[in-house]
Amino acid sequence: MSQDTVKRDRPWLMRTYSGHSSASASNELYRTNLGRGQTGLSVAFDLPTQTGYDSDHPLAHGEVGKVGVPINHIGDMEALFDQIPLEQMNTSMTINATAPWLLALYVAVAERQGVDPAQLQGTTQNDVLKEYLSRGTYIFPPEPSVRLTTDLIAYTVQNIPRWNPTNICSYHLQEAGATPTQELAYALSTATAILDAVQASGQIPPDRFTDVVGRISFFVNAGIRFVEETCKLRAFSRMWDTLTSERYGVTDPKQRRFRYGVQVNSLGLTESQPENNVQRIVLEMLSVTLSKNARARAIQLPAWNEALGLPRPWDQQWALRMQQVLALETDLLEYGDLLDGSPVVEAKVQELIDGAHEEMARVEAHGGMVACIDNGYIKRELVQSHTRRIRNIESGELQIVGVNCYQESAESPLTAGEESGIMKVDEKAEREQIESLKAFRASRDKDKVEAALQQLRRAADDGSNIMPASIECARAGVTTGEWSEVLRNVFGEYRAPTGIDISPMEHGDSAALEGVRNRVRKTGEELGRPLRLLIGKPGLDGHSNGAEQIAVKGRDAGFEIVYEGIRLTPAQIARAAQEEGVHLIGLSVLSGSHLELVQEIIQELKKIGASGIPLVIGGIIPEEDAKILQAQGLKAVFTPKDVDMNTIMNSMVTIIRDANGLEAAA
Amino acid sequence: MSLPEADTTADFATAIAAGDRAAIAQALNLLDDKRTEARRKATALLAHLQRDQQNPKGQLIGITGPPGAGKSTLSASLIRAWRRRGLRVAVLAVDPSSPISGGALLGDRLRMQTSAEDDGVFVRSLSNRGQYGGLSAEVWPMSIVMLAGFDIVLIETVGVGQREVDVARLCDTTCYVAQPGSGDSVQFLKAGILEVPHILVVNKSDMGAVATRTLSELAAALNRTHPDGDWQVPVLATSAANGTGIEALADALEEHHQLLQSRQQLATRRKGYQAYWLHKRLLEEYGSAGIEKLGGEKQLLAELESQDMNLFKQYEALRQRLYPDIKDTFA
Ligand code: B12
Ligand SMILES: Nc1nc2c(ncn2[C@@H]2O[C@H](COP(=O)(O)OP(=O)(O)O)[C@@H](O)[C@H]2O)c(=O)[nH]1
Ligand SMILES: [Mg+2]
Repeated sequence: MSQDTVKRDRPWLMRTYSGHSSASASNELYRTNLGRGQTGLSVAFDLPTQTGYDSDHPLAHGEVGKVGVPINHIGDMEALFDQIPLEQMNTSMTINATAPWLLALYVAVAERQGVDPAQLQGTTQNDVLKEYLSRGTYIFPPEPSVRLTTDLIAYTVQNIPRWNPTNICSYHLQEAGATPTQELAYALSTATAILDAVQASGQIPPDRFTDVVGRISFFVNAGIRFVEETCKLRAFSRMWDTLTSERYGVTDPKQRRFRYGVQVNSLGLTESQPENNVQRIVLEMLSVTLSKNARARAIQLPAWNEALGLPRPWDQQWALRMQQVLALETDLLEYGDLLDGSPVVEAKVQELIDGAHEEMARVEAHGGMVACIDNGYIKRELVQSHTRRIRNIESGELQIVGVNCYQESAESPLTAGEESGIMKVDEKAEREQIESLKAFRASRDKDKVEAALQQLRRAADDGSNIMPASIECARAGVTTGEWSEVLRNVFGEYRAPTGIDISPMEHGDSAALEGVRNRVRKTGEELGRPLRLLIGKPGLDGHSNGAEQIAVKGRDAGFEIVYEGIRLTPAQIARAAQEEGVHLIGLSVLSGSHLELVQEIIQELKKIGASGIPLVIGGIIPEEDAKILQAQGLKAVFTPKDVDMNTIMNSMVTIIRDANGLEAAA
Repeated sequence: MSLPEADTTADFATAIAAGDRAAIAQALNLLDDKRTEARRKATALLAHLQRDQQNPKGQLIGITGPPGAGKSTLSASLIRAWRRRGLRVAVLAVDPSSPISGGALLGDRLRMQTSAEDDGVFVRSLSNRGQYGGLSAEVWPMSIVMLAGFDIVLIETVGVGQREVDVARLCDTTCYVAQPGSGDSVQFLKAGILEVPHILVVNKSDMGAVATRTLSELAAALNRTHPDGDWQVPVLATSAANGTGIEALADALEEHHQLLQSRQQLATRRKGYQAYWLHKRLLEEYGSAGIEKLGGEKQLLAELESQDMNLFKQYEALRQRLYPDIKDTFA
């Protein structure tokens, strides 16, 4: 067959998850990326925007514009999409607790651009349940959160029919340690919980309910075990097809199709020998493209320097090019499904389906998906799976090239450069954003703002759909913080279970662990009382994996562990350390705001007369920042390179011994 | 760790009574510390704090019940109610330790959600450190410190079946929190395994019918007069989730406190806790043979209850009596 007669499938949507510093800087980036052949936008918001704070809120300090773009009001949103015609765009927004608000801003900007909102296409992630389990940007308790989710769904199905109102995410669950079976089970349980809630809300006429089912899409993960992952996606398709037909009576096969986007696994991307991440990413991409009948609709890839810090435009371009090479150069898109009829694949798919059904039944037995958030069942299961993974890496049962085997390496030219291979966020960004926010606030019609907020409060109270009032707020110039504050007052705020209260692992013991345990016990005896360790997650950072694993390991090593979960203020952490009489504070920060947060904690400790407690930190800390922190008095800085948990525990014991005038050996 | 050392025991005690958080934290660390020098200081501090034996301060409340019943969440609601009433609150939250490593995950704080600005609340978590009875040995000495600095001291322990006996022996007022739908509490009450609390709570009343049923079963199973006499045990419904019944619970706790005060029973009771604690420590260390040598349980308790309170000193004196060879490091 000659090239030009071959009929090729249309490639998937290629996206790059991005946004930083400010709306205008991100707008420039988007327009460059679109120029390079990217076919959709994927907006990353900064953490204050995701958790409902304005850029000048004390909790936003150090986080503005860091991991995404700050959007405070309609002016920011307008700047973000400047010269990008919204009626032609397919925009994916990774936004959850504040999803109704960001969609409201998007609609209001469309109106200003003269675009009929009914034409808009794109996705709001709008899956809050996984925020409690993994991603961390929840605000309200589970029940009102589900209500906001369903309001957005009900609104778009009726008013913006081509919008994907929710992207049920199993991606983040795998990033928190989930196995393929768990991914299947929890994502599908979430989907039914949300659909049931939409149905129960009575906002959708029964004869239109199948349209809602048809709009549900998914955001999944693909790990390095790419054969199993391909099977997982086939299992997803099959289970969704059955579920939508049996549970919701959907007859149109198109509405039963498992539509999904992908970000491939990042948890397995390493800091050591980071060039190996490229192979990993490519193989993972295969698993979601290989099987035509279960192929992704949209793909975004992490970059080779994932575990080092934020990617630069060039790193992201490289990731985009991986997709383009697969779609355009290889013959993948010329064939039908390659795996249909394979008995090996079929058996694996069936095994995954059976396992997922069993786990879904356990979720039901624990009260259903929403109840399982607050009672901690699922979070514990995830922490347990992740602990198992980490133990397997420690023992060498799970081999990771460059990490626990083939560690020796020639010097890498990739990380040798001046800027150490990562993106540096503009330090002026926060200040400028705050200035422009203040100017915007001063320029608004105050009465209009107050009236819109009143309307929002009423809607929150009386249960009417939150979207119309939110769109009114967007038009009136309400800010992200104001919108959220109204809802915080009505719904209250929430702290999710940490899931660390799991039983000690079977086979978790080793000679190395025994050695640490002895040192922990002996040092406790020498200091007169058992060693106590506070693990603190300051700021808006939701990356909890590291803190959880250190907590569980610490317990298994004999420490008394105090850990209150994510998103504490420096003052709360300092206080807890004092009240609990801990020997050491271990901070965990992955969001990039470590310099600001550490400084605040040191000040708070001083303020309350507790500055004698030694501090260590772990997370994504670039080398030069590590030096700064150590100069400020931090006793140790741990990064993803430090994979041996026993070594970490041992260092902490040594630090405690040293701080208390005991000699290092014990 | 180099917290500024108070010049004298008296200054230290004054700072604690004034609610100085750094001093209170330091005192709790000191009481936890088993080293000789620390014990010497702790002995002096406790003696000072226990000087005024006739007018014991504060209310010591034990909150117990099965895991997951909502004790910590309910404690958080109570703390808010007490703060609205202007009362200062300290909490000792006890969690079990791992039998394998001795380590522990102390998770109750998470549910307590205290504010970093409010100086009127202080939470210390404790592991039971493998001790039978759900309480660690540090609970009573630490309570003495907390009672000096706060109006209310709340001790949360996990109690299933027999396990809550301990906290009942160390508290002015015991509150048992039952889980709706679990027949256990009813069975334990009927079988006399469950020490009768002063207040029985069925939390999670927002669960509806199942909570109502448990409430009426418990009320029926319970002889409403407390063995202490003069106290009708209230059976209350609360929901820590939506805030109902919290004020009534706070009222009931207050009422029991007033009863103890008006009958001037607090001083005797506190001596009883101390005697119980001393007896238990010695029993653990020297077995029943040791207790026999000291005259047997009954006589020992009676003797202790007639003494002036001075916790660690009494403890050392008894050890000396058992084994005169032991160096009295605290003399
Ligand atoms: C998993 C992951 C997630 C998961 C988190 C799940 C969870 N519940 O933790 C999910 C998918 C939810 C997620 C989301 C986001 N992520 Co993310 N994520 C990662 C990833 C891939 C791995 C982190 C991890 O869990 N590693 C496993 C744990 C065990 O390792 P660790 O935390 O590093 O801990 C080790 C050491 O550092 C140390 N340690 C850590 N803490 C402590 C504490 C103490 C006391 C001690 C002693 C030691 C210690 O010990 C551990 C043992 O090895 C990293 C990149 C990478 N490969 O590292 C990005 C990364 C951290 N994420 C990033 C970003 C930007 C985000 C988002 C903010 C994106 C956005 N704009 O929305 C979101 C939002 C999250 C939020 N709410 O804050 C960036 C941060 C950039 C930066 N710092 O400049 C990274 C670096 C990726 C990148 N290159 O862009 N993420
Ligand atoms: N429905 C409901 N759940 C509650 C209530 N109080 C606590 N809970 C939940 O019960 C679980 C256990 O709560 P926790 O306070 O940790 O219980 P503890 O183990 O007794 O301290 C958590 O999921 C709480 O959110 C309540 O009044 N109603
Ligand atoms: Mg508790």
